[in-house]
Amino acid sequence: MLPDITALDLARMQFAFTVSFHIIFPVFSIGLASYLAVLNGLHLLTGKAVYLDIFNYWKKIFAVAFGMGVVSGIVMSYQFGTNWSVFSDKTGPVLGPLMGYEVLSAFFLEAGFLGVMLFGRQRVGEKLHFFATLMVAAGTFMSAFWILSVNSWMQTPAGYGMNAEGQFIVESWWAVIFNPSFPYRLVHMVLAAYLTTAFVVGAVGALHLLKDRSNQGARVMFSMAMWMAVVVAPLQIGAGDAHGINTLEHQPAKVMAMEGHYDSHPDGAPLILFGIPNPEEKRIDYAVQIPYASSLILKHDLTAPLAGLDTVDDALEPPVAILFWTFRVMVGIGFAMLGLGVWSLIARYRRQLYSAPWLYRAAILMGPSGFVAVLAGWITTEVGRQPYTVYGLLTTAQSASSIDAAAVGTSLVAFIVVYFTLFSAGLFYIFRLMSKPPHPGEPGLPTDEPVRAGGIMPAPAMDAEGDGLLNDQGGRA
Amino acid sequence: MTLDLPLIWAGLIAFAVLAYVVLDGFDLGVGILFPLVQGEANKDEMMNSVAPVWDGNETWLVLGGGGLFAVFPLAYSIIMPALYAPIIIMLLALVFRGVAFEFRWKTRRGQFLWDWAFAFGSTVAAFAQGVALGALVQGIKVEGRAYAGGWWDWLTTFSLFTGAALVVGYALLGATWLILKTEDHVQRRAYTIAFWAAPLTLAMIGVVSLWTPFLHPLYVARWFGWPNILLAIPVPLLVLAAAYILLKGLTERRETSPFLAALSLFVLSFIGIGISFYPNIVPHSVTIWDAAAPDNSLSFLLVGAVVLVPLILGYTGYSYWVFRGKVKAVGGYH
Repeated sequence: MLPDITALDLARMQFAFTVSFHIIFPVFSIGLASYLAVLNGLHLLTGKAVYLDIFNYWKKIFAVAFGMGVVSGIVMSYQFGTNWSVFSDKTGPVLGPLMGYEVLSAFFLEAGFLGVMLFGRQRVGEKLHFFATLMVAAGTFMSAFWILSVNSWMQTPAGYGMNAEGQFIVESWWAVIFNPSFPYRLVHMVLAAYLTTAFVVGAVGALHLLKDRSNQGARVMFSMAMWMAVVVAPLQIGAGDAHGINTLEHQPAKVMAMEGHYDSHPDGAPLILFGIPNPEEKRIDYAVQIPYASSLILKHDLTAPLAGLDTVDDALEPPVAILFWTFRVMVGIGFAMLGLGVWSLIARYRRQLYSAPWLYRAAILMGPSGFVAVLAGWITTEVGRQPYTVYGLLTTAQSASSIDAAAVGTSLVAFIVVYFTLFSAGLFYIFRLMSKPPHPGEPGLPTDEPVRAGGIMPAPAMDAEGDGLLNDQGGRA
Repeated sequence: MTLDLPLIWAGLIAFAVLAYVVLDGFDLGVGILFPLVQGEANKDEMMNSVAPVWDGNETWLVLGGGGLFAVFPLAYSIIMPALYAPIIIMLLALVFRGVAFEFRWKTRRGQFLWDWAFAFGSTVAAFAQGVALGALVQGIKVEGRAYAGGWWDWLTTFSLFTGAALVVGYALLGATWLILKTEDHVQRRAYTIAFWAAPLTLAMIGVVSLWTPFLHPLYVARWFGWPNILLAIPVPLLVLAAAYILLKGLTERRETSPFLAALSLFVLSFIGIGISFYPNIVPHSVTIWDAAAPDNSLSFLLVGAVVLVPLILGYTGYSYWVFRGKVKAVGGYH
């Protein structure tokens, strides 16, 4: 029998693994659904075929990503009960209905219109098809809305009471749903999804422009993605700053750990750019810092006092060594995205946007960066909530089921094996789709496969050599 | 006017679980039958018969689990750890199978692998669901507000038997579905399989029904006590009627009545379980009212459910209507 703490660690690892795997797909789905709606709308407005070509190109990739998001999401909905049963019992009356709404509204909206969006353009006509695309995008927003409301309530609980059984109960639904950190988190996350998707689209456009500068579809993709970088990256940096200030108000220990402030600074805190957190000595070794900048960012005042972790009980201190790094990775990527956007603006101004191989190489390099930033950001906020699941009210250790380490360990291994096997196959299909250049008359989904009613993942059929598409009439002999 | 919200919700969640069992039951059944039918074209035909509807069917599982967490958090937090292994195995099998469903069409070389994954995933998921059901029926040990049993309590002769029974039952549902949706070779194979699966399913329903009262005195009182027996007796009688229609339909080579009769068997068995459980949600100690969240949580979600569940049912029905009729091996639906 292993000690209890190990079982808890395993449960946390299992949650971290399954949720990290899952979040990649919704982030991409949220951004891509909106992008598809924009492309569809532009095609309706301008009548230009290139927009429909790109729409069909990304539609296939969306279908695979969406399907993997749904499949990995089912696991999440049961994991609360298996590994975190005390948490489920105590928070069920508050969080259960919010998650119920996520399932009801979003899932079924998406599933209902997804088939029409993917297969139905010829069947239902352009306008209804555009409406279906809008509904799919709306569905991804509904998902994000409810799930982020749940997470935000765990970070900044509000509108609740307690009953005799020790459960959280709802005093005000409005206060629960629109809890203090929710608006900031929602904006920050939706912008993250947009940026992430823009950089994936930009990287695919850049890849094909490197091979063929005259490819019209690749040009439009790349140009749209770079505009998004220019507009959204600064917005996201602003939203992140506001979110940080909101966090300082409600979860000061999290911000102290992110900033690496072991010590209080009564007359202006420096911004530590880099350093090595030293948890034993409670200091940041080799710190490179800008005087007063931390106070300037967080309080908008150079000499405003900032409390440090020396004011926080050791048992309630989040792990600085993790937060310090994940936070910097996220912020660093944010500024790198802004940098690429500025670079593309300069290229545009010099009329070199479609003859800038080094810009393309940089864009390809930055392609997956959004996912890294999203994961780093989620690790920052979730690890920063420790040692609590419901901030200040319910600790992580109290939340777990009385679990058996062997059982959790076995299931963790099984999840890792199954996820890596199946999702690498999925990623393989996505990369294969991305490796083909967009071209005029881009086909939709292959018609030799059955049409689905719901959340589906059709990728093009492959021939025996494992490359190239079967033709539309090819079918399966 | 006060509504008994926990009772309404118990009905709704029971409905979601039943919808899941009968709908996903026949498409899991098609997967279970996969190794019993030879020829790639025939396998394509089988898969095509469920491809348009399977993921819609599976969403009822999410609705059932999510609903239990929202409305009966205490039951959710007791049942899930109690059934830890079967639930996790079921989830992994469903992930495996769902992905196999899609990837099978993408490759020729790897097709046999995905065929195997599809059959294996379907069978394991069905078996795990049956084991979970059996473990629930035999009762769960509760102390205070938590599961108090061991990690292997779910594993008994009874739960293994219900696991096997559900695999056979789903196979029957799948076979009668194929009778309805296919022609020629696949349909002939489906009749043959159904002739075997039908008596076997009926025998297993009989064994589980006779076994259950020996598991707990509550069940004896419920089924054989006076006046309960008056309310309970129609269920076995209706099972006999459904069995007669099923066997008659198979011998007379009818296409629709076997599927409807097989569905009826599932609905009746489910009602039987309901009679055994009521008023408990976790046998034998936690009632519907013990486990329910406060009324304002129940009413808040009920508003959405009243609007959306009919819509969901509507478009589910619509997609079945769109894809009605016989399927073809090649070309899916056009």
